[in-house]
Amino acid sequence: MAIPASYNLRNLMVRKTTTVMTALGIALTVAVLLSVLALVAGLRQAFASSGDPRQILVMRKGSTAELNSGVTRDVYQSLKFMRGIARDAAGQQMASLEMVTVINLPSVDSPAGMNVTLRGLLPVGIAMRPLKIQQGRWFQTGRREVVVGKSIAKRYPGARMGQQLRFGKGNWEVVGVMDGGESSVNSEIFGDLGQISSDFNRQDGLSSVLVRAVDAAAVPALIHSMNDDRRLNVTAEKEQAYFDAQTSSGAPLQFLGIFVSVIMAVGSSFAAMNTMYAAVARRSKEIGTLRVLGFSRGSIMVSFLMESLLLSALGGLIGCVLVLPLNNVTTGIGSFVTFSEIAFNFRVTPAIMASGIAFALFMGAAGGLFPARMAAKKEILTALREI
Amino acid sequence: MSEAVIETTKLTKEFIRDEFHVVALKDADLTVNRGDFVALMGPSGSGKSTLLHLIAAMDRPSSGEIRVLGQDLRALTDRAIAHWRNAHIGFIFQSFNLLPVLSALENVELPLKLTNLKGAERMEHAATALKLVGLGDRLGHYPRQLSGGQEQRVAIARAIVTDPDLILADEPTGNLDAASATDVLTMLARLNKEFGKTIVMVTHDPHAASFATRVRHLEKGLLLPEGQAPEEWNAAAAHPGSEG
Repeated sequence: MAIPASYNLRNLMVRKTTTVMTALGIALTVAVLLSVLALVAGLRQAFASSGDPRQILVMRKGSTAELNSGVTRDVYQSLKFMRGIARDAAGQQMASLEMVTVINLPSVDSPAGMNVTLRGLLPVGIAMRPLKIQQGRWFQTGRREVVVGKSIAKRYPGARMGQQLRFGKGNWEVVGVMDGGESSVNSEIFGDLGQISSDFNRQDGLSSVLVRAVDAAAVPALIHSMNDDRRLNVTAEKEQAYFDAQTSSGAPLQFLGIFVSVIMAVGSSFAAMNTMYAAVARRSKEIGTLRVLGFSRGSIMVSFLMESLLLSALGGLIGCVLVLPLNNVTTGIGSFVTFSEIAFNFRVTPAIMASGIAFALFMGAAGGLFPARMAAKKEILTALREI
Repeated sequence: MSEAVIETTKLTKEFIRDEFHVVALKDADLTVNRGDFVALMGPSGSGKSTLLHLIAAMDRPSSGEIRVLGQDLRALTDRAIAHWRNAHIGFIFQSFNLLPVLSALENVELPLKLTNLKGAERMEHAATALKLVGLGDRLGHYPRQLSGGQEQRVAIARAIVTDPDLILADEPTGNLDAASATDVLTMLARLNKEFGKTIVMVTHDPHAASFATRVRHLEKGLLLPEGQAPEEWNAAAAHPGSEG
């Protein structure tokens, strides 16, 4: 049996200041990592919640985003009548011609203004999305009215219910706030396709077509026939795949966050190492005594390593507590794909906290290994003679 | 015939310290039988602690033979020695060497952690050992809450809790006042007489040695013949052949 954990725990408690300072260093490192992971998880959740497995997004061949895509009304008509397209209760094809652009709105965080996605679409486009009106009503066809996503209403004071937005050729009234669950639609503004395309002089230079297949099984065949039709000159892909790819918006931030965390982790590991070297030096006589009592070198090593792990686990727990208030806090990130801001909530999930603890334990193991090895390698008489 | 617990033949320990070749113990022949209470006496640097450390397998000899409880210690690995020491040896230090963050009961329980006893059994054994040394009312006390004499009694309880075949004590009264020292020595004598424990105690205090049943003197790394005091040995060394 090993040296009791209470021995390590109490030793940590005896040197409170050192323990707390080292644990805080580890906690800050864990908090930085967890903040980044929570941000990326929130972003991922926003895109993962967007898209329907039965739907296909069609853009101009070679386009990777709706913003730089161009689709004509002729193409839309051809797509609409392809085999395998679903129909609504009224017998109309579920295909939505849409125009996407960005407009600039002053936000809470950025009074100078941020780019926001403006989408002009047909009524069927609304029916094809899991949306509900949180406040007000939907825009009416042929009128200069818009409905804003709930994140837009929250983050842009000038885009709240009843306000007038100025873009295109004049003012637009905000007549409703829509709730798209956790999807990226919450960061968009919807309006009538005809009105918006006219304001931007893009009556025939539209962006994309969203179509719904009769079922998910029919999607691959439909994509295949769209991509193979050279007259259409389009790229069709699953709507979900399109949004998955947009998660890359968070990649630079994720990289930077992890990079900073790793640098901090090196520092924290050295702090843990320093603390443990001091513990080994101060408890040299105890190490000798334990060896005389019959504990093996292995037991000594495990004991000191465990002490380092306990120290880092404490740091990990504090790090989790520090980052918990971030959960569900709304933030926004500029997307390099849509050139607009996507608002989403930080998500501090149990899995993310577990990875934070694991990261802390890794720091503890890295910092504790050499001091523990040194403790185990001490000769009994040398250990007993050290003060 | 008495059973030999310790047998050393020409046991030697040499080492290099600051470029100097030091012979800490030379050609020591010692036999300790079961039930003996042997005091190893000598001034500082005489080699008495070195001999004790070799008996406890805390150090390895440079040459010579050593068998403790029939086991040739030179043949054991580090891990086997640790196990052997836990099973057969109880060690008492001059400065008690209790773990300060553990209570008296937990300190005494520590060597039992390496046995197959369950938690409750370990606690029971440890409490019994503490009662035996008169500290039944100090189970939950930490070393800092005990006097020197009480700390040494906890250390004795820790040394006997595994019911070892051999108790080794390195200057057990060196850090104690006269009254506490007498208490500790009385206790060791009682362990020897009533419980038949074999004890080897290192001391330079003649009063402490008077509690032992046998006394062996060491001088400059040499274990003197049984019954010979350093003065006689020094005189004999100065006038070889004068005995007759």
